[in-house]
Amino acid sequence: MRDKVTIRLFRGNANGGTETDYEVTTFPGMVVLDAIHQIQGTQDSTVACRWNCKAAKCGSCSAEINGRPRLMCKSHVEDFADSNGLIRVHPLKTFPLIKDLVTDVSINYRTAEKIPPLTVSEDIPRPFKMQQIDVERIQEFRKCIECFLCQDVCHVLRDHNRKDGYFGPRFMIKIAALSMHPLDTGNRLRQLKEEGGIGYCNITKCCEEVCPEHIHLTDNGIIPLKERVADYYYDPLKILIRKIVGPKKK
Amino acid sequence: MEKYTTYDQDVLVVGAGGSGLRAAISICQAGLSCGIVTKSLLGKAHTVMAEGGAAAALGNMGEPDNWKVHFKDTMKGGRFINNPRIVEIFAKEAPDRVRELEEYGAVFDRTPDGLISQRPFGGHTYRRLNHVGDRTGLELIRTLQDKVVSYKPTVYMEHTLTRLLMDGDRAVGAIGYNRQTGEFVVFKAKAIVFATGGWGRMYKFTSNSWESTGDGAGMAYEAGAELMDMEMVQFHPTGMLWPPGVRGILVTEAVRGDGGILKNNKGERFMFNPEYMPELYKGQYADTEEEGYRWLTDKANNRRPPELLPRDVVSRAIYKEVLAGRGSEHGGIYLDVSQMGAEFIKRRLPSMWEQFYSLGGIDITKQPMEIYPTIHYTMGGIWTEAETCSTSIKGLFAAGESAAGLHGANRLGGNSLTDILVFGKRAGDHASEFAKNADFGKIDSSQIEDEINTLLAPFTNPGKENPFKLTQELQEAMQEGAMIARTEESLTKALNTVMELQERAKSIHVEGDRVYNPGWHTARDIRFMLKTSEIICRCALERKESRGAQWRLDYTDANEEWGKINLIAQRDVDAVKLIHRPVPAMAPELAAMFEEIK
Repeated sequence: MRDKVTIRLFRGNANGGTETDYEVTTFPGMVVLDAIHQIQGTQDSTVACRWNCKAAKCGSCSAEINGRPRLMCKSHVEDFADSNGLIRVHPLKTFPLIKDLVTDVSINYRTAEKIPPLTVSEDIPRPFKMQQIDVERIQEFRKCIECFLCQDVCHVLRDHNRKDGYFGPRFMIKIAALSMHPLDTGNRLRQLKEEGGIGYCNITKCCEEVCPEHIHLTDNGIIPLKERVADYYYDPLKILIRKIVGPKKK
Repeated sequence: MEKYTTYDQDVLVVGAGGSGLRAAISICQAGLSCGIVTKSLLGKAHTVMAEGGAAAALGNMGEPDNWKVHFKDTMKGGRFINNPRIVEIFAKEAPDRVRELEEYGAVFDRTPDGLISQRPFGGHTYRRLNHVGDRTGLELIRTLQDKVVSYKPTVYMEHTLTRLLMDGDRAVGAIGYNRQTGEFVVFKAKAIVFATGGWGRMYKFTSNSWESTGDGAGMAYEAGAELMDMEMVQFHPTGMLWPPGVRGILVTEAVRGDGGILKNNKGERFMFNPEYMPELYKGQYADTEEEGYRWLTDKANNRRPPELLPRDVVSRAIYKEVLAGRGSEHGGIYLDVSQMGAEFIKRRLPSMWEQFYSLGGIDITKQPMEIYPTIHYTMGGIWTEAETCSTSIKGLFAAGESAAGLHGANRLGGNSLTDILVFGKRAGDHASEFAKNADFGKIDSSQIEDEINTLLAPFTNPGKENPFKLTQELQEAMQEGAMIARTEESLTKALNTVMELQERAKSIHVEGDRVYNPGWHTARDIRFMLKTSEIICRCALERKESRGAQWRLDYTDANEEWGKINLIAQRDVDAVKLIHRPVPAMAPELAAMFEEIK
């Protein structure tokens, strides 16, 4: 392993910025977040980044390392340095920049507020009884650490900037976790189709590829939701049956 | 004077971990306006790091568990300097708080009967930890976050508070800054809940994030509040050790609960060495490795292995093994769970597998882990009254890790996640009651002016001290002198360094402006870290005995007289005043439960 690597770090704010090179001393197991901390501690204490747990559990230190969205705490320096010992670190591109590696991710919190919480009927006996096999598939979605890497990479949000039309992958699986909860009685299909904009997703699976929790966002979450929406809104036979016998609850 | 923005809230909650969010739910349910201030983004607080589970005696596993057994386990684990009334409330209310989470949307692992599955943990007599794999904290914080958000309180993300604002002897607000803009903010509130977490960041090898700088305890202390049991800092036996980039990251106790064993470099399961078995726990743990293995599949007829003794006991044993030359390659010991099989490990401990594989380059289904104790939790904190969570300052309430009294000298694993639920709710309820009968109070603007001047000083200070450098020196001094094994000499040395650093901190200088400037943030944080460290050292020097997390090599035994005392620390102008206060007496019906073991 090299003794030193160069971090080519984006420095700037909403008005623009430039790349600045910082040489850092490596040690075994060093991750990119360690390198940023070293820069803060010894070279420039004004370098801004978010972090908390440094164990890939909180999803705070998201950035784009060599052009790809990743958690800095999980990215080993030796895996990312090129033949010249250079690593490029930039902020998430999809969100407005505040400073250096810190972006304004508040839109995600506003989207979360729009999703109605779990709704369990009063008639269900307490304590709840659910089988492991029935909760396992939603437990997968609930592993989400809200790093927003999937939101960053989603081309609907990133390239087409349709934040007004599509909630994004993180919130598709949030709704999936509620919709597939054995006890939830809320109808979530209208929200998915309309303000949620599930139709925008064309299943390129980029979100799955960047998920540090290895959640199968598209295969296990978005595709089944798309099927439910299509069944409900576009299956002529089902529409006819509903007209005759009245709507189902879910 | 610099400009600042003022916000009014009926109740201000400081901290958005589990206790802060649970308090906020109660405040919103009481129909009051609620402001939640957090240094990070919502959902990133330290609760997210909790892994093993939330202890509550639901009795779902076919074992005769109930609140009384939980009460006894917690008192024993805390070596009897916990407040018995706090522990009683905790053990009784924990099951309801856990079931309530299911209503809010939490999805726990299930038993074959479809109930919440519970796992064994150190110091708990029965399987009691309600869990979701090994990411229970994430489940808990996300569940509470979703519930809180549905009430639409105002959440002030990335805001740091640095000083309580007083109206005479009552707390009526707080001042700080918006991290994103550097703008100064003043909150006025009828009641304030501190849910500010702990201060494990003072040590070099820690499982804590940058947030754990003790701001809450520090602000309360500065305002005159009583702090209690500050010498009690928990060293979790199993932190990651190698490579250096991961040193200190937590390895959940659930690894041992699910069959993980501790071995020295001779391959011995050293926890079976009778020398490490405390008197208090004799006869309650397996004597042989065979019984330990049998327990994994037949819990009714076998006793649990001694790897599941309370954390302070296991940490000391590891320390002694390494000192005796029986340590691992990098100076720790081995934790091996590979014999449980890859399928089981990946299902029960998925994030541990991922953590070692991606951060440490180790496949725990095939290889042992190298571990060493890491700073994990602070049992001490702001003194609180048992029923209401009120502190010694009128209008200020505290809950969770920032409060003291539940865990005594040592916390049992799993008790923290239920602590934050039980006392988060109580703090929220009682702060709401208080706020309904209170006005906003008056804030004399000189307090605001003082604090703004303090905050701005590092920009114009002619000194040259670097806040990150000072933090590093502090962490090294505390790691060296106030870690697992303490002596008069080591503590005095650490204290002297802390006092020197306090002087040097007056000459901190930072560059740049106020927009998201980590150097500037650290310049204020370190003052809390230095004061809290000073108090830890002073209390540890004062308590001349070994009890729980406090292990004195020069006073190796527990002392009966000290067993009746909680140490209170309070500000006396510029000095730390220490008070010996009797541990509250146990109610007769609770005391009767201990007859059999005394």
